[in-house]
Amino acid sequence: MQVKTSKASKTTTAANSLESDNSESKTILTIRDLNAYFGDFHAVKNVNMDVDANEVVALIGPSGCGKSTYIRTLNRLHEEIDGATVSGEVVLNGENIYAGHADPVSIRTKVGMVFQKPNPFPSMTIFDNVVAGLKLAGIRKRSVLEETVERCLKQAALWDEVKDKLKEPGMSLSGGQQQRLCIARTLAVNPPVVLMDEPTSALDPISTSKIEELITELKTQVTVIIVTHNMQQASRISDRTAFFYLGELIEYDETKQIFMDPKEDRTERYISGRFG
Amino acid sequence: MDSFSKIQMTVLSMFSTNGRGRRREIHFADRVFYYLLKAIGVGILLLCASLIIFLYKAAEPAIAEFGWDFFITNEWDPEAQEYGALAFIWGTVVSSFIALLISVPVSVGAALFLTELSPKWLKAPVGFLVEMLAAIPSVVYGLWGIFLLAPFVRDYIQPILGNGFGFLPFFQGPPLGVGMLTAGIILAIMITPTITAISREVFRSIPDLLREGALALGATRWEMIKVAVLKTGVSGIVGAVILGLGRALGETMAVAMVIGNRAEISLSVFEPAATMASVIANEYAEANDDIDLASLAAVGFALFFVSLIINTIARFIIWRVESKSKG
Repeated sequence: MQVKTSKASKTTTAANSLESDNSESKTILTIRDLNAYFGDFHAVKNVNMDVDANEVVALIGPSGCGKSTYIRTLNRLHEEIDGATVSGEVVLNGENIYAGHADPVSIRTKVGMVFQKPNPFPSMTIFDNVVAGLKLAGIRKRSVLEETVERCLKQAALWDEVKDKLKEPGMSLSGGQQQRLCIARTLAVNPPVVLMDEPTSALDPISTSKIEELITELKTQVTVIIVTHNMQQASRISDRTAFFYLGELIEYDETKQIFMDPKEDRTERYISGRFG
Repeated sequence: MDSFSKIQMTVLSMFSTNGRGRRREIHFADRVFYYLLKAIGVGILLLCASLIIFLYKAAEPAIAEFGWDFFITNEWDPEAQEYGALAFIWGTVVSSFIALLISVPVSVGAALFLTELSPKWLKAPVGFLVEMLAAIPSVVYGLWGIFLLAPFVRDYIQPILGNGFGFLPFFQGPPLGVGMLTAGIILAIMITPTITAISREVFRSIPDLLREGALALGATRWEMIKVAVLKTGVSGIVGAVILGLGRALGETMAVAMVIGNRAEISLSVFEPAATMASVIANEYAEANDDIDLASLAAVGFALFFVSLIINTIARFIIWRVESKSKG
């Protein structure tokens, strides 16, 4: 618990410095020469990217441009697919997650992920879904679990809706609630980085705006990398935006810059809806 | 004929009205198709009912003669006109239980291997071989049991179990080879393909999204299997086990060949025994008077009911599991 508070205070400082001066904020992720393949298919090509702590990075680009594949390399989930391989470096807080000795299981507790469709575990209650990651980490103490459930459901803006039915199945919730449950589940293991793969594409506008608010609030504690097909969403919630096209990172800059005055012609054409 | 068409009209109006009672137009072909399917459905019900009634009629003389004692005594001596089916009920239940004990872990493990762990090139051949096991006629299993399994059990398994666990009543007795244990092993081998194939389909139908969700939370492969696959698929696994159990309860030929056929209740799995199915198969041809035949029919009736009870319990388990996970 002490570790957590100190981390929280540190990240708050980082968030403040981000607001005052972007150039001084701490880099949490450094991606160098990252390539991802499905068998012979080269899905992500030579991506280099720096992500600062406590910022929201949006990845945009037409379908099939490799953005989803790209974020799945950041928690080593890509390699779980048959025939999928990765090369390059992803340095998280000074540690290369693709180093020979790196353990994918512990990396995934540091880089959480929210998926395109809500995926609560059908066999579990709301309570058990939130603490699933903690239980995997071997934490069984009832008081810790209860405290975590309340904290994470509050963070995920779901607490008021479910506090009286924590023993009900996670699947009994609506789609938007299920997705917030999945966000709470991800936050429960305290990952410094959270990846989101089109988290609102299966949701209605009200649930979508709830989750967007949530992401903006989460920024004080975590770094969010979000894939989205919704340009307005990217401009609303992100600090920086990356435009992917045909597996390449075309442009990566301040969100304002990307949407107001992109340097690349292809970015401009995509944003203005002229292709993709 | 008149009353029949009346019934037909009622049925039709049940089918064709909505909540306000207004008649919906039904296309002629749809109507024909509806009656065809309905006739098949009703036919199955009638078949099932007539089976029960016929079985009961055939068994009635024995039940009238011996009453319910027939099902709770275990003296079976056609010479002395003594009939009690308890030993066969015991034999069926225990041999099936041994079969499940061996087969369920193996089958679920094999299905998990095929869906979660196996390299791609191995999936198709192993899956095919497992399904091939289900296609082998049971009499062939019986022959294999007599010539290979029974001596193997006698020479290796029984001495080991007897020496190691001989203090337990289950593992005392003469190493004969044929007996309850051998029958249980044969049944286990026979129901493994069924349980494996269905469990594999259950695991396959679980979306990868759940597996990835577990991995993304920091689950190891085994933890992912436990959290996302086994817990999600548990009602499907129970369903697979029921189908396997159904086969084990009713299996006749292979069991009759290796169980030793003795109407006795013993705690030892080394002792010869008999099941309801095996005694019917063994004695039906030699049954020479009415009470003998009626007693065998009553055994069949008991087999039917034991299967029904066990299936009901299993359905209840599935229902409990499903109502726990769905809102």
